[in-house]
Amino acid sequence: MGTVINIAPITRIEGHAKIAIHLDDQGNVRDTFLHIQSLRGFEKFVEGRPAEEIPRIVTRICGICPWMHHLAANKAVDAAFGVTPPPAGHLLREICQLFAHITDKILHFFFLAAPDFILGPDADYSVRNVMGIVKAEPELAARVVKMRQLGQMMLERLAGKAIHPVAGVVGGFSRPMLEAERQELLRDAETLLDFSCYALDFAKDTVFTRYKDVISELGAITTGFLGTVDRDDGSLRLYDGRQRLMKADSSCIDFEGDRYADHIGEHVEPWSYGKMPYAKSWQEGFSLDPAAPAGIYRSNTLARINVCEKISTPKAQAELEEFRGVFGRPAQQTLLYHYTRLIELIYVCERAVELLQREDVTDTRIRAAAEPRAGRGVGIVEAPRGTLIHDYTTDSNGCITKANLIVGTTHNIGPMNMSVRRAATSLIKGGVYDAGLLNKVEMAVRAYDP
Amino acid sequence: MADKIKVGFLLLGGCAGCEMSVVDLSEKLVDALEHIEIVFWAPTVADVKYNDLESMEDKTIDVAFIDGMVRLDEHIHMAKVMRKKAKTLIAFGVCAALGGTAGLGSLHTKEDLFQKAFKNTPTTDNPDGIYPQPSCLVDGKYDLTLPAYEDKVRTLNQIVDVDYYIGGCPPHHSHVGAAIGALVSGQLPAKGSWITNGKAVCDVCTRNPAKQGGNLARTMVDKVLRTVDGTPDADTCLLQQGYICFGPITQGDCGGSCLNVNIPCRGCGGPIPGNEDYGAQALSTIGSILKDDTVTAQLMEKYPNLAKFFYRYALPSGTLPKRM
Ligand code: SF4
Ligand code: SF4
Ligand code: SF4
Repeated sequence: MGTVINIAPITRIEGHAKIAIHLDDQGNVRDTFLHIQSLRGFEKFVEGRPAEEIPRIVTRICGICPWMHHLAANKAVDAAFGVTPPPAGHLLREICQLFAHITDKILHFFFLAAPDFILGPDADYSVRNVMGIVKAEPELAARVVKMRQLGQMMLERLAGKAIHPVAGVVGGFSRPMLEAERQELLRDAETLLDFSCYALDFAKDTVFTRYKDVISELGAITTGFLGTVDRDDGSLRLYDGRQRLMKADSSCIDFEGDRYADHIGEHVEPWSYGKMPYAKSWQEGFSLDPAAPAGIYRSNTLARINVCEKISTPKAQAELEEFRGVFGRPAQQTLLYHYTRLIELIYVCERAVELLQREDVTDTRIRAAAEPRAGRGVGIVEAPRGTLIHDYTTDSNGCITKANLIVGTTHNIGPMNMSVRRAATSLIKGGVYDAGLLNKVEMAVRAYDP
Repeated sequence: MADKIKVGFLLLGGCAGCEMSVVDLSEKLVDALEHIEIVFWAPTVADVKYNDLESMEDKTIDVAFIDGMVRLDEHIHMAKVMRKKAKTLIAFGVCAALGGTAGLGSLHTKEDLFQKAFKNTPTTDNPDGIYPQPSCLVDGKYDLTLPAYEDKVRTLNQIVDVDYYIGGCPPHHSHVGAAIGALVSGQLPAKGSWITNGKAVCDVCTRNPAKQGGNLARTMVDKVLRTVDGTPDADTCLLQQGYICFGPITQGDCGGSCLNVNIPCRGCGGPIPGNEDYGAQALSTIGSILKDDTVTAQLMEKYPNLAKFFYRYALPSGTLPKRM
């Protein structure tokens, strides 16, 4: 048996995972495994709960994007109880989702991923983190910290609790937005929009150009993509729309969310607590072989940017055109997740401004009456890390009898395994490796999932 | 300048929301870096690995925050490692302190949880009935390992000695700020206590009838409503309207966040000091203000499986019978 290199835990990511790199006798990579190390059993223990409580229970699946679970669950329970929120109810939910996407993208790019680029992949590991950026680039750090905080406080002002929110309710939202709040939030959203344009320019100048080679090679794989698009014009959607599954050859199948189980299967391996979703409807089975993957698609920003026809807001659309001009459609390079993340940051800011300009967001009809009943509902939103699917069945008392959850991150577990293998194979030769090199292997994961 | 206080953050079986609350301190956290040095923050924020922590000298970390509950053998191991390395250990957030939401998993067997997750959901494709294994041999040549899954969820103090507890899911950032301030200035309460402002959620709630000239304890609740039943009045006490609210028995370090948006408290702040068993206390307090048996019957009908309701955040710490 050859050597095994363990990276435990993978750091600067959301969640618990480790990487095991298995070397052969010559010290070259034989195979790698990304082990997911968390199972809490939500699908089981939510059984019996009154369905309207679910949106404030399942938030605890993820402390980094609790809003996404909150909203997907709200939409699913709306459907199970057969209730349609009034327009302002949907608007307030979507605005919260946009704010949450804003803070998440700032966190992901600047706090978690950027230390690799700004301090460098080989920088001393004890300072290669956001505190290190505070020291090395205090001005940039100050601005970034302020902007993320602004987003979080906007959520807190509007919805009370920013982390593990409670303000989305079955049938709508729990409180209206006041006119004075609207004006303030609009001003703040405009500030964030300015910042988002700066952020992409900054990244283009200092990261994407400088690390061009790393970006085109590290963890590159060829897969399909899953995202959500507008039902009419195919533009990028996050709160609601139709699901689109694109093959690597760019052919697409679109489907309505409640048909998700016809298209997606979840593969189980004995070496991971995380299941690996794959495209069942392609009927090609499941394989993680980077040279000949089967059923493998990716989700998250790169996927959404690949599957959409266009973006409905002007600045993000201009960036999309530039991006496609250089990288094509679908773009496959794994580190482009960061680039597309920042294009999406512009979109969510523009969209927030657009919605906050609407007079009807302050409408006080925010919540439709609902009654517990037997039913089934599927709720889907685009979480920062991918298409998030919540599916609940209720009994006549409106309590949960069955739950199925496919979390955004999990779509990428298979692809992350492939990217890690690609990265490790190209970096580790003849048993030679060091800490900086192993950090580069982790960077392939951080593209998807800090 | 005095030596900086060395701080560590370790996430066990939680969601990292507690750590996001620390990040939410934002500029205050940046300023605090003048006084504290964060030497470990895994897996979420920094790159110092588990083996780096293991090879640190004992007691090199002044204050360690551990968030998340204990479910895997690796959690047990890392909690013990951190206990050794830290002079002061804080159970940070309701998962570490009382078990948290995921503690509800303890009401089911491990087999039930695995069967659901790995066999019985409509999208799971597992013809051979494979479960994740602590160790397995793949393709006849790869020895692979996973942390073993324990039978029950445990709280941090069921594994190691805990010096302080901080409630909340997550603790509100203002509360985290106050706690870090207390650390820096050395003004901590007696060991073994909760770091809290000592007020109940009702005490900080603007709807409190006592503040509006009434008396919460004496007005009996004459009906039980689920939050889906109608729209609650936005100014009066939710409990008095029939919407079960855990404000009376919960620490109010959140400032009543949920009440501020017209949503009842579910108890994430943890028990008011002196009450060891949150769920038992909730059951007896709420039970005692229901007007009569008809209302009690209504509660049981509206909220089947009361253990999952009253122990929403505290099951692994409770002493009442836990099997459904
Ligand atoms: S206490 Fe809440 S926020 Fe903290 S880790 Fe547990 S679930 Fe997450
Ligand atoms: S019971 Fe709830 S609504 Fe009533 S005063 Fe207490 S916290 Fe406020
Ligand atoms: S009101 Fe209750 S449930 Fe809400 S944050 Fe405060 S303690 Fe937690």
